Amino acid sequence: MSERAFYIDYSRCIGCQSCVQACAECDTHRGVSLIHLETIQRRESVQTAPQVCMHCEDPICARVCPADAIKKTPDGVVQSSLKPRCIGCSNCVLACPFGVPRYQVEIDQMMKCDYCYDRTSVDKKPMCATVCPSGALTFATAEEIQRSRRGIAINSWKFGNEVVKTKVFVIVPREVERVNVELVQISPTPSALSDDPYDVALMLESVE
Amino acid sequence: MDGLKPINLSPRGSDTAHSLAWGLIAAAALIVGIVVGSRGLKDFDPALISYAGATVFSAFGLGYRYAMWLRRPPTRLYWFRGWQIFLIPKRLPGNIARLVRIFWNNVVLQRFIERRSKTRWTAHWFLAWGCLIAAAVTFPLSFGWIRFETAADNQQIYRAFVFGIHVASFPLDSIMAPLAFNILDICAVMVLIGVFVAMWRRGRDRGAMSVQQFSNDLLPLVLLFAISVTGLFLTASTHLMRGLYYVFLSQLHAVTVIFTLLYLPFGKFFHIFQRPAQLGIDFYKRAGEEGGQAQCIRCGQPFATQLQIGDLKAVQSALCIQYAMRDGTHYQDVCPACRRKNLALTQDALWRTPEAELQRFDRF
Ligand code: SF4
Ligand code: SF4
Repeated sequence: MSERAFYIDYSRCIGCQSCVQACAECDTHRGVSLIHLETIQRRESVQTAPQVCMHCEDPICARVCPADAIKKTPDGVVQSSLKPRCIGCSNCVLACPFGVPRYQVEIDQMMKCDYCYDRTSVDKKPMCATVCPSGALTFATAEEIQRSRRGIAINSWKFGNEVVKTKVFVIVPREVERVNVELVQISPTPSALSDDPYDVALMLESVE
Repeated sequence: MDGLKPINLSPRGSDTAHSLAWGLIAAAALIVGIVVGSRGLKDFDPALISYAGATVFSAFGLGYRYAMWLRRPPTRLYWFRGWQIFLIPKRLPGNIARLVRIFWNNVVLQRFIERRSKTRWTAHWFLAWGCLIAAAVTFPLSFGWIRFETAADNQQIYRAFVFGIHVASFPLDSIMAPLAFNILDICAVMVLIGVFVAMWRRGRDRGAMSVQQFSNDLLPLVLLFAISVTGLFLTASTHLMRGLYYVFLSQLHAVTVIFTLLYLPFGKFFHIFQRPAQLGIDFYKRAGEEGGQAQCIRCGQPFATQLQIGDLKAVQSALCIQYAMRDGTHYQDVCPACRRKNLALTQDALWRTPEAELQRFDRF
């Protein structure tokens, strides 16, 4: 049996927030949840999507870091910023193609998902994948994924002309070899735009 | 911020040759400093030559590594931008006042570490100040820049010389005397407190345990422990054991110090030289905020300063990161939240091919 890897399937997310809670219990950053859970377009749809660090082969976050504060372990895990080095400039936050690193104002440093290194380095599942009930986040072997999913798992992306390879896989239809990212803008349909001040979606937007 | 000159992020020449040159300049400057500062080696104590030699090597390593670090486009950008902004004549007086304040908070008190964790701060503060004070005493001593001697006419008076110039005298029974003679022991105790707190934290924090590496995180503590303990043994040998094993102990102490000096440019201690660059980021961020905000081309919300986004694009082109999109837009102009939403929508769109839609209907 092959080694286990991390698979993300955005479309399966049901927005239950389990991963958000579990992430805060990771030992490497206890009390701080670092996973992102996005509501795609609140007024239009209930779709949500999680985002963990994809652990790029040649991480752009590390390349743009002036302090040389982001390092990769020999097994390909891109670690959170090294505390003695990170100067809190946010270059990584702004440059990561997946929008992963977080600038933590209180400590003036960046923190990001580190693949639950305390767990995965001893072959335990990451916290988020352990609790995700929908399979949007899965830590499994390639065989298990093949058996249980309709699509295939790939790890190649293109942003503009920049090709990015990642340690984390995404599930896509069989014929897709690489995810070519273009800007997808969903313009709200006029009927969905409510001007009712008590519209719940509208109120939630202003909370954000 | 208008009017800031662009910074050349891809300087010509080989990185290694350039850095080697800076390493040699740093080492040569130190040698000249030692010769001149010790009045043509008149005040230089030959017994300390191995310390001075290791420091010269260390200066070479530090010069080399710092220059190499400044060759990286993002580092280069922030370093030179930081100075550019700091030195704008109109802002200079305010900047100096601010520098003094952040120096006090970040370097003297190290408040930013306290916000990460109190234990980490306690360990770091004792380690840092124990080492810095000890360095401020021992380096000038080993270079022959300061020396002490008893006054010729009075054995009870001690005289201190800096660069050969008599700067102070104090009687042996004054408060200054024990302080001057024992300052290194005080530093050693401070360092040991720091080492124990750091070890205690590392032994309890499971997160730290999973990511720490021996050479980077534990070796520095082991080295500082060894220097402090062997240093304290020297004092104990002199005062409590009538010089027992003094020669052996002083050699052992020298070995620990020299090893640390040689390790200085390569391991964790390099952050002592790297870290002050953080002071520049503060000026950069403030200058950026006075300029305009960059707005996300997807959601229209401001997400960073225009200064930083412009600079980041320059850094990216120096690094050959090609974020220009087919439709003429630039991926760097998309905010991180929109990037995440966009990824989910992109994946979703991949499934929405006409065949896939048909398949979906087939199942009913
Ligand atoms: S996904 Fe972003 S944060 Fe993670 S390794 Fe890649 S560039 Fe860095
Ligand atoms: S925020 Fe820290 S880790 Fe991120 S680029 Fe800046 S210095 Fe590097």
